[in-house]
Amino acid sequence: MAHDHDAHTAHDAHHDDHHDQPAAGIQRWLFATNHKDIGTMYLVFSLVMFFIGGAMAMVIRAELFKPGLQLVDPGFFNQMTTMHALVMIFGAVMPAFVGLANWMIPLQVGAPDMALPRMNNFSFWILPFAFTILLSSLFVPGGAPAGGWTMYPPLFLQGGNYVAMAIFAVHLMGASSIMGSINVIVTIMNMRAPGMNLLKMPLFCWSWLITAYLLIAVMPVLAGAVTMLLTDHYFGTSFFNAAGGGDPMMFEHVFWFFGHPEVYIMILPAFGIVSEILPTFSRKPLFGATSMIYAIASIAFLSFIVWGHHMFVDGMPLAAQVFFMMSTMLIAVPTGVKVFNWTATMWRGSLSFEPPMLFAISFLFLFTIGGFSGVMLAIVPVDFQYNQTYFVVAHFHYVLVPGAVFAIMAAVYYWLPKWTGNMYSMGLAKAHFWLSTIFVNVLFFPQHFLGLAGMPRRIPDYAVQFSDWNMVSSIGAFGFGLSQILFVVVIVQCARGGKKASAEVWDGATPTGLEWTIPSPAPYHSFTVAPEVK
Amino acid sequence: MRVTRASAIDHRTSRPRGFPWAVALFAAALAAFCSPNVAGANTSNGFNLPVGVTGLSQAMYALHMEVFWICVGIAVVVFGAMIYSLVKFRRSQGAVPDTAMVHSTQVEIIWTIIPVIILVVMAVPAADLIIKQEDTRNSELSIRVTGYQWKWQYQYMDAGDGVSFFSTLKQDSNFARQLDSGVDPETVPNYLLDVDKPMVIPSGTKVRLLLTSMDVIHAWWVPDFGAKRSAVPGFVNELWFKVDAGKEGVYRGQCAALCGRDHGFMPVVVDVRTPDDFKKWVEEQKAAVKQAGTPAAPTAGGGPPPSAQVLN
Repeated sequence: MAHDHDAHTAHDAHHDDHHDQPAAGIQRWLFATNHKDIGTMYLVFSLVMFFIGGAMAMVIRAELFKPGLQLVDPGFFNQMTTMHALVMIFGAVMPAFVGLANWMIPLQVGAPDMALPRMNNFSFWILPFAFTILLSSLFVPGGAPAGGWTMYPPLFLQGGNYVAMAIFAVHLMGASSIMGSINVIVTIMNMRAPGMNLLKMPLFCWSWLITAYLLIAVMPVLAGAVTMLLTDHYFGTSFFNAAGGGDPMMFEHVFWFFGHPEVYIMILPAFGIVSEILPTFSRKPLFGATSMIYAIASIAFLSFIVWGHHMFVDGMPLAAQVFFMMSTMLIAVPTGVKVFNWTATMWRGSLSFEPPMLFAISFLFLFTIGGFSGVMLAIVPVDFQYNQTYFVVAHFHYVLVPGAVFAIMAAVYYWLPKWTGNMYSMGLAKAHFWLSTIFVNVLFFPQHFLGLAGMPRRIPDYAVQFSDWNMVSSIGAFGFGLSQILFVVVIVQCARGGKKASAEVWDGATPTGLEWTIPSPAPYHSFTVAPEVK
Repeated sequence: MRVTRASAIDHRTSRPRGFPWAVALFAAALAAFCSPNVAGANTSNGFNLPVGVTGLSQAMYALHMEVFWICVGIAVVVFGAMIYSLVKFRRSQGAVPDTAMVHSTQVEIIWTIIPVIILVVMAVPAADLIIKQEDTRNSELSIRVTGYQWKWQYQYMDAGDGVSFFSTLKQDSNFARQLDSGVDPETVPNYLLDVDKPMVIPSGTKVRLLLTSMDVIHAWWVPDFGAKRSAVPGFVNELWFKVDAGKEGVYRGQCAALCGRDHGFMPVVVDVRTPDDFKKWVEEQKAAVKQAGTPAAPTAGGGPPPSAQVLN
């Protein structure tokens, strides 16, 4: 299969519209239809957003470094918490996964490109516009959204210009996600190499297939919810306005019907990535691969019937509280199966600790901590104490930062040599790993204590008994933020040159999958002749 | 008079208990950053939930610790297996992979069923406690709590009928919390957790709160009572608690739902008194209303009268 590139060249005469080499200059990117170019653009976009959202987090942690207001006024603080969430969720984590899907799904299923390349271009190029609109709301009178990323009315509707801007941006992001998902589904369903039946498909593709269905199911729900906000604000409707006979609780129900699957949208591809990396560096096949797929599917199904657990404190009938508690706790079962299977994959393996493996192991430990706090939060009676405190902040940051973000970093370190053809600096990457892992815990672990001790979330200033842990947490935040500069250094160095990577990249380990059968860097057009999978 | 009383019985950060592992983990950080005699909002030790002073809060604490220790137990097993793998099965130590170990239906059934059993063990007492929490029948005192941006209104029914007032962040905190105020929060007693006029309730009495809001969603929360519920415009949510007799004192909490610019600055303070003292307080309030023809003005140390406290 290493001869695909040559095979393609031979075919080139018959494909005049296909260029073997990318177009020159800006046109290559503006009119990109190549899955690798689009994947790269998604990943670079996501990295930029990661730093913008991160800068906002630094403002938050700097203000919370000690009690009293020193840097920003409470209104701007609320803009920072809201925008940090929107930018990180819709700008950093989701586009990163779409970028990885673009790069890797065609390579893993042996397809020449994504099924719908022009739509692929469109779904990417919407995003810079969406985020320009969203971020420019920081500079309009009244400022950016400040009512939390959940956009609960009536608070969100008290806003000024940002209401229209944020809603339009969310619509664009939703459209982009839906198009990206359609592309993933069509590619996986129609363009797998001959012989690759669904159960032979790599776990990363599986996790993305299920994620794509989740996205298509819930993004329109979010669009509906924010459209009702829009008409309430500008056209005098009363969907959520109690004074007009509306129902502010209905927004919460609709929002979290989107919102809970959304949190799995941000973690299922991470599961797929970890399921690729752990077997490679354990030199042993993934344990219970089939049950891993069933586990992802059950988590996806359960994600639709647990939304109420975000709203226990907001008032809910007894029966609903018990139902949502039980359904939420059930999620621990397939998630547990995944964690046990990953552990069993390492068990009696032959482990080596390259940067992707280090991040995957860190994911395994720290995501599990987030899982434990998740089970605790599911227990309704105690949730009344945890809800809306820093305990929740600690919980979802544990599953999102050392969870989703570490998995993305693991994926980048795993596939970067395949993308660039060069090995990166192992020393710098390991330094990045150790600094990130240490500081992420200094940053988020004390937030468990803060929440339990009674500190509400989303406050710019706090009572003095919360001072110590806030200071520790802020120090962790600055350390974590600065460590990410190393990530950029490693990537830029690797893109510029370095020791050449072999086709298999991880010599001595056991990477499996079609992506390792083509040369490194992956040729601009790969698998123009479908490989045969046995 | 209330000020003296409050500071005398106020519950402050007290004996450290529980979470020894956490203490060990962050011992260095603690030593560096812990300042002694920090005023406390509640009876939490700074690491863990407060045990609190109501039957509900104590039951919540017990359930919290039960679930916590179950999680610790699972963590020991799971992390133990992971760490064992990381130590034992290293390639650098010459470990040979067992590539035949790919699947075991038996093992997978076991580690599906055991978590289900553990979850049931947790869910049964939890469901039991939810039922208790939701049972607001036979309350002896009802107070209507209305959230405003950014203050609380308390309107007493039943025994306290007619008493009604607003409760707003106390002025010294409000002054100190301004951007670059130059005031060290450490010097302000109960910084951000003090109000001009607290809610007063009798101990040993089942108190029911009826919560609603006049603008956006707020949440009323006193950790020591295990009492948190949102105040949603257009809805009335219910909440109850019964502070144990002998636990009279001042308890503090905060608004727990993002409600706009000054969300961080609308504390909840509850002054729990003996039933006799409570009766006296109600009489005083009613007399003050009669005398002035307006709701009672806040007592010593308070800010301007509530009517003057317009939205910022």
